[in-house]
Amino acid sequence: MPMNDVLKTLASEQQKAEVPEIRPGDTVAVSVRVVEGNRERLQKFEGTVLRVRNGGLDEQVTVRRIASGVGVERTFLVHSPRVEKIEVTRHGHARRAALYFLRERVGKSATLKEKRR
Amino acid sequence: MAEETTIETTTTTATERAEAPKMAKPLILGRKVGMLQHFRDDGSVVAATVIAVESNLVTAVRTKEKDGYAAVQIGFGQVADKKMSRGERGHLKDLPALKHLREVRVDDVSGFAKGQRIGADRFAPGDRVHVVGTSKGKGFQGPVHLHHFSRGPKSHGSDHLRRQGSVGSGTTPGRVLRGLRMAAHQGVDRVTVKNLEVLRADPGRSLLVLSGAVPGARNSIVMVRKA
Repeated sequence: MPMNDVLKTLASEQQKAEVPEIRPGDTVAVSVRVVEGNRERLQKFEGTVLRVRNGGLDEQVTVRRIASGVGVERTFLVHSPRVEKIEVTRHGHARRAALYFLRERVGKSATLKEKRR
Repeated sequence: MAEETTIETTTTTATERAEAPKMAKPLILGRKVGMLQHFRDDGSVVAATVIAVESNLVTAVRTKEKDGYAAVQIGFGQVADKKMSRGERGHLKDLPALKHLREVRVDDVSGFAKGQRIGADRFAPGDRVHVVGTSKGKGFQGPVHLHHFSRGPKSHGSDHLRRQGSVGSGTTPGRVLRGLRMAAHQGVDRVTVKNLEVLRADPGRSLLVLSGAVPGARNSIVMVRKA
């Protein structure tokens, strides 16, 4: 049995069956499991996807949102069991893979046009 | 979870082999497959190394009376018959051609017999293990890479960029002291990494998934022993 197949199979066993296609510029709502003391609850983090790092099991998305006037970026491991669900609420039109230019922008200029279908 | 793709197990023997008796500190030989990430149940992520441990067989039993010490010889890594010398082949007799042999000292060899099987089921998630392997070769390395010496200035006619400094005094003692750290060959050493955690043990597919890194390149032979 070839070596790479073993790694791929072991990785696929840890991967989630259904993950929506997420692209830079999309607006997503990520439901994260948060442990507070001995209680666990779901927290939603909604914002714009700055960057998607593919890599099978190691796939990551960086999401940026403005929370109480402060820009907050969080990077999620898509296949982590702590990430309960990722919903794509809007497809933004982006022409590059990493939208770091959004960091310098506030207000309307920090929004992307809706992707034409 | 994604679809469960079944990996066919490479059974080395058509006939079922008996299980070797339990050892106080189980030891198994394996091949480093590669690394991936592992999600623990609490959601935290750890780097993990996959070890393939198929076809571990007892190839010889050493007894105090006959050999002066008590040990079990374990073989791993099935190869084509023609890859082995006649002597190696003769030692294994009717066993499959196993390229790598290691002896483990045990207190009591009773119950052990040639041809018995040692599987990944001797390890369970949560177990702590030591892994012995051969580190990757780095070639002949200078003092900066090998011993973390500081480098000299890059410019102003420095002839000292990656050289080491003084190697000793002058007329007294008039020689360089033994054991002074100098440029030398690095790597290809026997390295033991201690206290790795077993994240998964898969006897069906003969795989172990351990936390952290393991010495050596992919496909290199490693020895996993319970801590």
